[in-house]
Amino acid sequence: MTVSFCGLELAHRVINGSGTFDIHAARRTFGAALDESFPFAAFVSKTITLEPREGNAPPRLWESAQGLINSIGLPNKGLDAYMREEVPLLCRLMARAPSGARVPAPLITNVMGPSARELERLVEACDERTEVAAIELNVSCPNVSSGLDIGADPGELEAVVGATRARTRKPLIVKLTPNCADVAACAAGAQAGGADAVSLINTLRAFALAPAGAAHARGPWLGGRGGGLSGPAVRSVALAQVAAVAERVEIPVVGMGGVQTTEHARDLLDVGATLVAVGTESFRDPAAATAIASAL
Amino acid sequence: MSHAPFARRLLTIAASERYGPYIVHRAADPDGPAPAPGQFTMLSAAERWGGGDDGRPFLARAFSVARHLDGEAHYLLEDVGPGTRRLCELEPGEQMWALGPLGRGFHAPHEGRRAVLAGGGIGIAPLVILADTLTRAGTPASAVILGFRDSERARAGRLIDGAHLATDDGSAGHQGPCTELLAAELERDPHAVVYACGPAPMLEAVRSLCAEAQVPAQLALEAGMACGFGACFGCVVPRHGGGYLRVCVDGPVVAASELERVVEPGQAERVAAV
Repeated sequence: MTVSFCGLELAHRVINGSGTFDIHAARRTFGAALDESFPFAAFVSKTITLEPREGNAPPRLWESAQGLINSIGLPNKGLDAYMREEVPLLCRLMARAPSGARVPAPLITNVMGPSARELERLVEACDERTEVAAIELNVSCPNVSSGLDIGADPGELEAVVGATRARTRKPLIVKLTPNCADVAACAAGAQAGGADAVSLINTLRAFALAPAGAAHARGPWLGGRGGGLSGPAVRSVALAQVAAVAERVEIPVVGMGGVQTTEHARDLLDVGATLVAVGTESFRDPAAATAIASAL
Repeated sequence: MSHAPFARRLLTIAASERYGPYIVHRAADPDGPAPAPGQFTMLSAAERWGGGDDGRPFLARAFSVARHLDGEAHYLLEDVGPGTRRLCELEPGEQMWALGPLGRGFHAPHEGRRAVLAGGGIGIAPLVILADTLTRAGTPASAVILGFRDSERARAGRLIDGAHLATDDGSAGHQGPCTELLAAELERDPHAVVYACGPAPMLEAVRSLCAEAQVPAQLALEAGMACGFGACFGCVVPRHGGGYLRVCVDGPVVAASELERVVEPGQAERVAAV
């Protein structure tokens, strides 16, 4: 009674959204309980880039109406340190199937680069590691030459996915950006480029103004200026985009955006998602995904 | 440090006490591990969390554990925004979600060093449990210095026996910042270790005072955070020598030497903003 996804056998249909769960920090905080009741059927790493990144200057968070605007800036140790130090600790997670059986929770490594060439290097490095079960491309990244998000243009996305597709036989998931004119067309581009699956939605572009009352002119609150909105506030947008994408493409869809309950997860599955990811809700309750999965 | 149960749990408010504008909620927490002084909990109201103006609050809020006694956790709160307002409203019998204990707390004083506690405003909370713990260990604090805006708020000074008080307006205790009393104390006893918690400008004054006096200091930091367990990367502060510390998992208690200075959220240099 496992769930098949791109050739992987998963304990259930709920995984994490990239960048919303840190295994090392969670082990420090929760001890052995984390591994005993690991909530996700697969673990998606935070975004890994070629070079290390410190992330954006604080403040990095703003609470909005039923949501969260973040401007974290993808802090990570860079590809080499990730492969050396983190992968060995991320590849032995076990999830629990509804039957109670323990099933490996495979590692999906999320990567981002500002050019097809850099993404190819990242994908090649993932391909070489048996511990990495699948690769997710974060294409919400400005192209170095055009300045536009790679993932926002169907043609450019098809080309980038095609180039990286050639570098691996592992499942390739494309994490689509919702900040585009036609997300279904972008999904079709990813599929045409050879993607094995698409995942959506990433955060919606958002902005928070510093609180009123300061003597100086009001500027952006977030250190990175712009941010991305997640949480219940985006749930209806996610449902619309997941439905549009699932209707357009043949490949499996990972749906996410504001999922807090089994009903929300069920909605995404009912419009065509194969898996559901939980992100912001895990911030409020680290075991939220367990409850959502067990009632599905 | 204690590990937290891997899920939030419901606590029922057993009693509430007022200290001027502050409230201490005492909540039955039979399943909660005993926290180390300085550890914190993410709290949210079980009902009507998110139903307020602007659809807030949404995220849980971080609170130092002020006491953990006889199966009850004590939290010191002040109404400063939609989240704290909703939590302050809670009456005995009502429930709140709790995730914790979280983070790294205070370290016991090294041999031969006497603990001096310095707290400001709501930031006295972790010093209450620290003072209790030091007393039980037979190494009571040699001085406790608490600063408040006014005498109303200074009522919370009663939470720690024998505390020296300072108020901004002079309506209780010494008039002026509590760091003036701390400076005098460090002059009297240079073999101290300072434990401090309070608003960022106070902590920065403590940090710089201790650096000058070459006295080690442990600072309990505050930062807005979404999760409390290292997942969101939202609560960072600049680390001495570059990079960032996550207040939730690298702190909230950090050695003063780990920071170049204590900055208030929103006043950090926006190096990535160009």
